[in-house]
Amino acid sequence: MSTDCKLEDRRRALETRADILHATRAFFLSRGYLEVETPNRIPAPLPESHIDAMPSGSWWLHPSPELCMKRMLAAGYERIFQIAKCWRERERGPLHLPEFTLLEWYRAGIEYRQLMEECEDLLLYVSIARGRGSRVSFRGFPIDLSKPWDRVTVREAFEQYGSVTLEQALAEDRFEEVLALEIEPRLGVSRPVFLCDYPPAFGSLARTKPEDPHTAERFEIYIGGLELANGFSELRDAAEQRRRFEKENETRTRRGRPPYPMPETFLDALSRMPDAAGIALGVDRLVMLFAGASSIDEVVAFTPEEL
Amino acid sequence: MYSASDLRKNLRIMLDDEPYIVVDFQFVKPGKGQSLYRCKLRNMLTGSQMDRTFREVDTFQPAETEEKNMQYLYKEGGSFHFMDNESFEQIALTEEQVGDAKNFLIENMECKVLLFRDRPIDITLPNFVDVVVTEAPPWIKGDTVSGNYKPVIVETGYKVSVPPFIEQGEKIRIDTRTGEYLTRVKE
Repeated sequence: MSTDCKLEDRRRALETRADILHATRAFFLSRGYLEVETPNRIPAPLPESHIDAMPSGSWWLHPSPELCMKRMLAAGYERIFQIAKCWRERERGPLHLPEFTLLEWYRAGIEYRQLMEECEDLLLYVSIARGRGSRVSFRGFPIDLSKPWDRVTVREAFEQYGSVTLEQALAEDRFEEVLALEIEPRLGVSRPVFLCDYPPAFGSLARTKPEDPHTAERFEIYIGGLELANGFSELRDAAEQRRRFEKENETRTRRGRPPYPMPETFLDALSRMPDAAGIALGVDRLVMLFAGASSIDEVVAFTPEEL
Repeated sequence: MYSASDLRKNLRIMLDDEPYIVVDFQFVKPGKGQSLYRCKLRNMLTGSQMDRTFREVDTFQPAETEEKNMQYLYKEGGSFHFMDNESFEQIALTEEQVGDAKNFLIENMECKVLLFRDRPIDITLPNFVDVVVTEAPPWIKGDTVSGNYKPVIVETGYKVSVPPFIEQGEKIRIDTRTGEYLTRVKE
């Protein structure tokens, strides 16, 4: 009864969601992208230290469509996008749902800097398609989505907003804590920010800079303190990727989590993958931004607790 | 033993050798990094509150608390005396330890006392308690407008708003969780 009352309150946010999905598809189709669907249930999820896939029989529900989409990229699909339901165990909070929607897109022949420009174009396109121009209001911040957005390196962000340097935070295993509690709330409060150039340990599928092996070509978009998307130049070295997966699985084991089977079909395809960049964007959070919602609960028809 | 992912509201854990209860809780996870658990905790001995952020590798022991069924016996000076229903041992709680429960304690009432290393730290009452009104202003006849409440005092000394028809000597039911009047009790 009370759940269905909430549905009525959410009508505007759900309409915003539909508008965003339509505009997103129109944007990618206008740029020659192919919309694809890959299986949600897979035999080997990405071995990542801090992401738990949801078991489904002896397989798993995918935590993101990344592996299958990169196999398509390797097979010659040069511009692909997917709007996919994804699952991650034990992730529940004002910005997290265990079942959520990701927009992922991959494009051959570009690296992360060109992908950042495409992000600017996408958000501006969606905002204008909604008839509101380039301005949004989120968490009380008036934000202008006009390009170019700011680009801040992780190192600069720690220097500017953190109580410790990047090196100290890494040494004390406090990287996430300083990032989430001290830095994130101050990113993108008047215009969106690309936080870029991560320590390699925080980009297990990203390429490191050709001139600097200690920096991964990875970026995250922040708008009004909200983390919206994670993109990078794709690593193409299968042997290196296997080593990183093994390391991620070791971390999982050390922290009492089950290791995942090695995604062999993906590793096999990786050597044939062209230079490319790809990104995952949280659609629910994009709806939060445009609907001015303070909790992810407000932008879905039902939360798991309401089922 | 609990891990950080077990943290939730009202969980009781040990920190720095003292029992704490989680009063507020938020899940935070930046990027592909490890999960953080931002908690507001109340020290169950001192009542003081603090904020702490835990990481997924953190583990905790459950608070060494034990709940016992007891009977409230009587008040003497500033002490409230209870008897353990199983061992028949008697313990005394200070007014501070009893807290708001003192407003609803009547003799021979069954309640639950929370102990930390044999030291009483909290008390849980039945949800409803029937008490006698000891002082009430007279009912002005004809005043039947609903919502027109008057203050009365009950046998425990607690002051509560009731409808105008409640008179001195009558029994009323109070919800101990909200402290509000529920209904008139006819014997």
